[in-house]
Amino acid sequence: MTTPDADPPSLYAAREPIFPRRVSGTFRTLKWWIMGVTLGIYYITPWLRWDRGPSLPDQAVLIDLANRRFFFFMIEIWPHEFYFVAGLLIMAGLGLFLFTSAAGRVWCGYACPQTVWTDLFILVERWIEGDRNARLRLHRQAWNREKIRKRAIKWAVWLLIGLGTGGAWVFYFTDAPTLARDLVTGQAHPVAYITMAILTATTFAFGGFAREQICIYACPWPRIQAAMMDEDTLTIGYRPWRGEPRGKQGVEGNGDCIDCMACVNVCPMGIDIRDGQQLACITCGLCIDACNDVMGKVGKEPNLIGYLALTDELREKAGETPRSVWSHVFRPRTILYTVLWAGVGIGLVVALFLRSPIDINVTPVRNPTYVTLSDGSIRNTYDLRLRNKGGSDARFSIAVTSDAFVTLTLEGNEGLTVMVPANETQTQRVYLTAPAGSRAAVEDRSNVRLWVEEQGTTNRVHHDTIFNGKDE
Amino acid sequence: MCAKRVKQSPRQVETTGHQWDGIEELNNPLPRWWVWVFYATIVWGVGYSVAYPAWPLISAATPGLLGASTRADVATDIANVDAANSAIKEKLIAADLTAIGADVELAAYAERAGAAVFRTNCSTCHGSGAAGFEGKGYPNLLEDDWLWGGTMEDIHLTVTHGIRNTTDPDARYSEMPKFGADELLDKDQIAQVVEHVLQISGQEHDAALATEGATIFADNCAACHMEDGSGDRTQGAPKLSDKIWLYGGSREAITHTVTFSRFGVMPNWNTRLSEDEIRAVAFYVHGLGGGE
Repeated sequence: MTTPDADPPSLYAAREPIFPRRVSGTFRTLKWWIMGVTLGIYYITPWLRWDRGPSLPDQAVLIDLANRRFFFFMIEIWPHEFYFVAGLLIMAGLGLFLFTSAAGRVWCGYACPQTVWTDLFILVERWIEGDRNARLRLHRQAWNREKIRKRAIKWAVWLLIGLGTGGAWVFYFTDAPTLARDLVTGQAHPVAYITMAILTATTFAFGGFAREQICIYACPWPRIQAAMMDEDTLTIGYRPWRGEPRGKQGVEGNGDCIDCMACVNVCPMGIDIRDGQQLACITCGLCIDACNDVMGKVGKEPNLIGYLALTDELREKAGETPRSVWSHVFRPRTILYTVLWAGVGIGLVVALFLRSPIDINVTPVRNPTYVTLSDGSIRNTYDLRLRNKGGSDARFSIAVTSDAFVTLTLEGNEGLTVMVPANETQTQRVYLTAPAGSRAAVEDRSNVRLWVEEQGTTNRVHHDTIFNGKDE
Repeated sequence: MCAKRVKQSPRQVETTGHQWDGIEELNNPLPRWWVWVFYATIVWGVGYSVAYPAWPLISAATPGLLGASTRADVATDIANVDAANSAIKEKLIAADLTAIGADVELAAYAERAGAAVFRTNCSTCHGSGAAGFEGKGYPNLLEDDWLWGGTMEDIHLTVTHGIRNTTDPDARYSEMPKFGADELLDKDQIAQVVEHVLQISGQEHDAALATEGATIFADNCAACHMEDGSGDRTQGAPKLSDKIWLYGGSREAITHTVTFSRFGVMPNWNTRLSEDEIRAVAFYVHGLGGGE
């Protein structure tokens, strides 16, 4: 080993500021639309109303942590139905696999909140400080009145956006109009203010200053995605066989690339796509727009930079025609992901519509498994959880069916019916008794089925359990 | 060997100048803000260890300037819960014993509080599931056979004063004679009366001996256990004609009981539990399935 004779190089580097230039084109338009739709959904959703009757909140989308309910338009999820949320998460995961294997980091480039908010912050920056060159000048100049004014306005607008981001977030957890009034009058819960403050700070810092550093250093997703891409995945690439050697237009031997640096100047990650597909690239497509614009102006074919797969790169280099985009998107792998994704989705929808408005859960008391009564009969105890998911109080009748003879009685209740208040879970202890010497009393285990029926409706659910006899 | 740092083109990665057998070490510098965040966490850590309990000393850790203590927090939480429950506890004490179940809120409180009291104080003998210990004299509280009665009042009285203890003069008391050990009955007579008990409890028995035993039973046992063996709750004399046995219902177990007697003791809880706790646990036991 040798040691450096000079000073060792610094192991740390300051962030190099990036001043993305304005660009217009297909992908920029697409990104504006996605930004409008996603931010619109995020900010507007908590304000949508949905009438659920007097005893339930009328906010269309509400995560009611205090009462342990999740409301989504006509759907109401109880804690025991958390598998719906798990299913949605699985679908989100499979969806990401699908999109990443088909078209690379489309999530990063178009839909990730970090990208969307950074885009919004850059838009604000451009409105206040001007485009790339003006911003570069402002960055380099000393702190004078103009710089202070522009920076102050920019940061103020960023902070307002951040406040809006945090504000919209807390509205998902409680009634939005009430909370909005409480927030303004200073009566809201401290947690609401703290949450808003944290989200304002993170939005301000991540969207305004950290930007690409989050994608490169903080986010694990880009690392995971690398494992999901293959040689048929569409990613953004430069066609060096067409572009190189880059240089002045019209000079004999030069390629199509005129080395105008447009692709570098518009890049929000500050990279040069001509170095090839790389870790920092979020595949936002802005370099494609920039390059196509230039190619149009100099009268060359577009798509010197474009979406292409590694296999196409080889084909094009060899002078063959590349395969169509669709053949990259529809491959066994993506079809499999789609099938899995749709399968989970269909399963969830079916489960959602098969839900009964009433529900029963049975916990057999196993300590002890059975009790011998004075007349020698054998009794088993069960704790029932009766759920009334409807909007009004309901009377549930309880019944038992079994091949063996057992009789049902309720604790603290002469009859076999129980009132369950609207939108609540009620526990009820029930007893099954088998007469002395009967089949259920002497057999180790007998199958029994406990039924619950909501009186006056056809709602009827059951739960299978076991009756334990005297184990002799 | 040359150890000069090389950076051949702007796009190539800088090397540190280190070289091992021709393999160069590249330098991809960390972002400087990251290092600052690291320093910030150190500063935070130092501040935290000053503000909060941190450094272990011989008997305790440094207390920290903010005086934070999870132990004190727990004490506060318990005090808060007690304060919050004081109203319903008073209500429980004031309530008519048989009316607790009718008040949904009070019943829910008594049920939960009673379960906690039971697990802490009663489960040692009666078992965590209240099934007792058959054959060892710890009564099963789930079934319908009660020694001293299974109404709310009876259970409340039993829990308050206990059974056959020497610490509470109000404890209910009774004592079965040691028919064998004190030579009140001889071995044959005991064998006969045991057959009779087996007969009235519907078990296999020697009919001839049982007939003999009936007279002995009437003379010696019926005063407490009644003529038909149905027992007497005012004296805690168990019902002998059913399927439930405190000390076992086999020929051997009954013989042992008649010969040496039994003497089950339960402590009085009025000195250890408050009235609201006694009421809560009585309500809990009453609701286990055997309550009358």
